Amino acid sequence: MEGAFILEKLILVVIVFTVSLVIAMYSTLAERKIAGFMQDRHGPNRAGFGGLLQPLCDGGKFFFKEEIIPAGAHRPLFILGPTLAIITACISSAVIPWGQTLTVGNREVVLQVADINVGVLYIFGVVALGVYGIMIGGWASNNKFSLLGAIRAASQSISYEIGMGLSLIALLMVTQTLSMSEIVAQQSGFVNWNIWVQPIGFLIFMTCAFAECNRVPFDLPECETELVGGYHTEYSSMKLGLYMFSEYINMFVSSALMAALYFGGYNFPFMHDLGLSQNWITILGVLAFFLKIFGFIFFFMWIRWTLPRFRYDQLMNLGWKMLIPLAIANIVLTGVITLIKDTYFA
Amino acid sequence: MSVFYLVAFLAIFFALMTIFTKNPVHSVLYLVVTFFTLTIHYILLNAQFLAVVNFIVYMGAIMVLFLFVLMLLNMNEESEPMKSNLVKVMGAIAGICLIATFLGAFKVIAPNNEFVVGNAEVGLVKNLGKVLFNEFLLPFEISSILLLTAMVGAVLLAKKEVKKI
Repeated sequence: MEGAFILEKLILVVIVFTVSLVIAMYSTLAERKIAGFMQDRHGPNRAGFGGLLQPLCDGGKFFFKEEIIPAGAHRPLFILGPTLAIITACISSAVIPWGQTLTVGNREVVLQVADINVGVLYIFGVVALGVYGIMIGGWASNNKFSLLGAIRAASQSISYEIGMGLSLIALLMVTQTLSMSEIVAQQSGFVNWNIWVQPIGFLIFMTCAFAECNRVPFDLPECETELVGGYHTEYSSMKLGLYMFSEYINMFVSSALMAALYFGGYNFPFMHDLGLSQNWITILGVLAFFLKIFGFIFFFMWIRWTLPRFRYDQLMNLGWKMLIPLAIANIVLTGVITLIKDTYFA
Repeated sequence: MSVFYLVAFLAIFFALMTIFTKNPVHSVLYLVVTFFTLTIHYILLNAQFLAVVNFIVYMGAIMVLFLFVLMLLNMNEESEPMKSNLVKVMGAIAGICLIATFLGAFKVIAPNNEFVVGNAEVGLVKNLGKVLFNEFLLPFEISSILLLTAMVGAVLLAKKEVKKI
């Protein structure tokens, strides 16, 4: 029993890990294809059919490039930086519920790696940890542009974590639980999705997710016109690859989070009216979840090729003077509405 | 129990490394690892909420700020100011006083340690919230006002400097 449980979780971990890596890999291609589409050109189309082998070629190129560790760099920390970045990117997907239960033989397999009852806080903690990879790497490079990039990343991440946390508090007031699986299970069907009760919270959360992933218009830590390459100026070969990979994995995980917290996760409209067996609903649910995730990833890229980058003071003003007061107002509003609902319409 | 001893050993080891490393940035990073071992301690005690809050607030926010300030100051072994011997002696005396206080405190607790165990579920968010917002509502609100005061004070101090320039 215990052995089967461990095996089941191990298989699930391997699948989730592989899927996030593959999606991160193909996000690079998707990004360039979408950029091409937006700018009325083809994008990469030489390697394989429609450029489908392009990510493999890029990966191979990363492996064979010369690896340089600058003489003035702090060696152990220089290596630790990208390692930490990719680890924190990968472990945050552990609490996301990918689907309902699958019945294989007599076993019920839950499609979630770890159902801990402080799941939302766990993700928040891992996100908070993510900035260490960038900071350590930027500092260890011993280069002023890297350091400036690292400092920008740290202050940006701290500023937007507050807004993100406050927007989540309003959501938690509605869901009454911190467990990811329960939050998703509550949103069955279509009308129960949290987006309908927390639209402002979702907008704040999404803006903060953009900032936490260092995506345009919040990509000041790697702003090449001012900082050469930002925190990864000194990095080459696969270490640079790991930094870029961790950015794409972060994008995938935050898309999954937005889909799970606000857009019903694996729930899809009319899921209980189709008259299908539990296994089929689960499989369709997983597909629906990934469809939502791809939608959000596309949105990330769409924004990147649409909006220009913020100036640094604009970034700080938006974080501290707009998003945080808005999030607090959202909490108060949610509280008042909940109170009115409980008193008069219960 | 063996997990406890391993984690306790790591906690003390990294705490000592925090003190003994010369480079301030390394020192902060060792402190981060120390906080991580403390988080594991909380999980072993089934205090999930405390563990995650320790993780988010100390590791994710406060230590990032420490690191941030140290990176801006760019201190290293050469430029570190040497402390005078008087300061070292005073520090040693203060440390010994703290150890004496701790020993005294533990001597009182030791005989009735069943009291410490209590309800194993008390660390979960639900139970903790109920206790905080019923029995300990007043202290909880007062401490939050204290934090707010500190924040307003910090903003005020920062504002004053801007005016001078």
